[in-house]
Amino acid sequence: MRSMTELKLMKGNEALAEAAIRAGVDGYFGYPITPQTEIIEYLMTERPEKRTGMVVLQAESEIAAINMVYGAASTGKKAMTSSSSPGISLKLEGISYLAGAELPAVIVNVVRGGPGLGTIQPSQADYFQSVKGGGHGDYKLYVLAPASVQEMSDFVEDAFDIAFKYRAPVLILSDGLIGQMMEKVILKPQKQRMTNEELIEKYGDWAVTGRKGRERNIITSLDLKSEKMEARVHRLMKKYEQMEKEDLRFEKINCDDAEYLIVAYGSSARISQKAVQLGRAKGIKVGLLRPITLFPYPKQALFELADQVKGILSVELNAGQMVEDVRLSVEHKVPVEHFGRTGGIIHTPEEILEALEQKIIKNGSIKHHKSRESSIL
Amino acid sequence: MTEEIIIAGFGGQGVLSMGKILAYSGIMQDQEVSWMPSYGPEMRGGTANVTVILSDEKISSPYLKIVDTAIILNQQSMDKFEESIKPGGILIYDPNGITAHPTRTDIKIFQIEGTKLASDMGNKKIFNMIILGGYLKLKPIVKLENVIEGLKKSISERYHDLIPLNVEAITMGINNIVPYKVEDHMFQN
Amino acid sequence: MEVSNIIKAENQVFCKSKLMTDTALSYCPGCGHGTAHNLTMEVIDEMGISEETIGVAPVGCSVLAYDFMNIDMTQAAHGRAPAVATAISRLWPEKYVFTYQGDGDLAAIGTAETIHACNRGENIVIIFVNNGIYGMTGGQMAPTTLEGMKSSTSPYGRDIETMGSPLKITELIANLPGVYYVTRHAVHTHKHARKAKKAIQKAFENTRLKKGISFIEIVSNCNSGWKMTPLESNIWMEENMFPYFPLGDIKVGGILKK
Repeated sequence: MRSMTELKLMKGNEALAEAAIRAGVDGYFGYPITPQTEIIEYLMTERPEKRTGMVVLQAESEIAAINMVYGAASTGKKAMTSSSSPGISLKLEGISYLAGAELPAVIVNVVRGGPGLGTIQPSQADYFQSVKGGGHGDYKLYVLAPASVQEMSDFVEDAFDIAFKYRAPVLILSDGLIGQMMEKVILKPQKQRMTNEELIEKYGDWAVTGRKGRERNIITSLDLKSEKMEARVHRLMKKYEQMEKEDLRFEKINCDDAEYLIVAYGSSARISQKAVQLGRAKGIKVGLLRPITLFPYPKQALFELADQVKGILSVELNAGQMVEDVRLSVEHKVPVEHFGRTGGIIHTPEEILEALEQKIIKNGSIKHHKSRESSIL
Repeated sequence: MTEEIIIAGFGGQGVLSMGKILAYSGIMQDQEVSWMPSYGPEMRGGTANVTVILSDEKISSPYLKIVDTAIILNQQSMDKFEESIKPGGILIYDPNGITAHPTRTDIKIFQIEGTKLASDMGNKKIFNMIILGGYLKLKPIVKLENVIEGLKKSISERYHDLIPLNVEAITMGINNIVPYKVEDHMFQN
Repeated sequence: MEVSNIIKAENQVFCKSKLMTDTALSYCPGCGHGTAHNLTMEVIDEMGISEETIGVAPVGCSVLAYDFMNIDMTQAAHGRAPAVATAISRLWPEKYVFTYQGDGDLAAIGTAETIHACNRGENIVIIFVNNGIYGMTGGQMAPTTLEGMKSSTSPYGRDIETMGSPLKITELIANLPGVYYVTRHAVHTHKHARKAKKAIQKAFENTRLKKGISFIEIVSNCNSGWKMTPLESNIWMEENMFPYFPLGDIKVGGILKK
């Protein structure tokens, strides 16, 4: 029986897939792409249609898959898709429609390096795409960045809770490292899929299910009357404000006495944690701020830490993306630099510490740094 | 206790599954574990490697530059990972196919004729278990009974009748790992 | 005879379906969409399935179909209605799910979704209105624009050499094993409309029987896009569209017609 919590050794991708079944997800629609293909492979192998009645379908493209999610979400069901960077680019139109039509859905991006076909190796180069919109129009995604296999599992249910709370798409932004690695994971007990009545009771009667006993429901992102469209945009912006107030998540590690700060999310946060340990062993008082949600972003926490530390290093597996948000958050109070490897190369803890020493500690006395260039090793 | 290991060789040598069995064995004795593979096309006939960490504490980075132990099973991996071992750490390698032997004198080096022993035992698939046995002789970080539990967890039930053979292979490895002294071979390289 | 003697309930032959809302149609006078909408709603009403039906609107002139059809509807991205309908049908197998799409939507940008939903044999109805042009954006060349036909993006007429031939997507679809029923109709005369309605009815019956894809093409006009009067456009359609897109059944009960 799967009703009890279970301890397993699993890949991040597999843990996420198993969590989807256990969270009572109604539909998964996907398309193979490295390094996230284990998700659909696992789901197909597990026969979730027998375990919970969950529908799993391999679509003809990422575009079809996200539009299947749109269809399923239109009917109030819990629907999700997963892909990796190039596939997410294809899904962006559909994601914009989900946001515009105010539909709850979960999208998983197990990021690989780009641009173009890029590399299949781990990367965090989709930060801009994830938190600055990505698709067309005024919208944002609630973005969760798991840093362990356990979080790959736990965040599925968290993501659906947020998606339904706000009737908005939620992105789980992972990467090839977190997706491919194995760790211990405690799996949650199996939940039943919610019935239509339970969904209505909990989330309201807004979905298209056949208009039995009520006026018809319509799901659309179109408002040809400009005033109505502007009202829709304002409604979205209100949701995002509420997310910032109620659902911001971050973690502070060794920050209490920190003189220097590393900011990193996901896999980079894991590697940076080791860099912090190495730094502390050398007598450097360094701490780590790990944003768990990338939108909403821990702006206030960073703003406050900037009064305490002498400099901040933003560590990302990309050419410098999140560093812009760090700089915006600290409002020039301290020097902020970027360090990161690209092309699928993963920075080592030693490299991160070296970058901290060279870019931040060496220049620690300079209050207003001159160079804004985020150099790549 | 924290043990950081890299296992590297050809795809098909059982590199990833050896790491998986080690990780499972760690779980069996309540340790924290991580298993970080190389992935993608390079696995298909090319080189494959996996970083395994077993620890009594929460594991920070699953990806490392410097490890306690490297198990090296082909020349490409020797070229790449000999430098990744901490001073005082351990390098275990199968000399089969190795043309440039290790040269570091600040680490402990051991040889195990895994390829030959597997061939003698008549089953090439138990190669990785022989190597694992050799490793466990040097670093008994997991108990044999936990390795057997780990094996049970990581291979499908259909193959559980092969567990005695795997145990035999591990024993073979335990009995056949020998130190390699760089100094003795200095003028041969 | 006085007019008041004629206008009586018992003499009424055609009327707006009860399932059509009172919202004024956004279609040009003379366009076939209104009739195609009405026939679809009549069938759903007569079958008593209005509370069990979910429609999927496309992008194109009929993007606002949900304003006129008094049933639950969702609006899909351009060309993706068959993918949207696939998921709805899979999660709600007891419901009646249909897409209503134009030629640009179904046969150009949504070709992949159309073919794969059909090939999987999804238990849905696809109503495909083909007027050989992109109406909503103002009369551009469509995949079904006829050879030599002028549009704003083929101002000198469709040149087969450089623009390809008009796509007979319906014949293509009919060859897929997952497809159960394929038929082509028109709605510009009473006679044609009655036949089209029967076909739509058969299609929803097929859904009830879980037979898979029922695909109904309606060859229609676009008097605005074709720069003609409604009457001229209907005559032009009969003379030019019907020979290339001949009306009638193409596949019935899973068997291709000769």
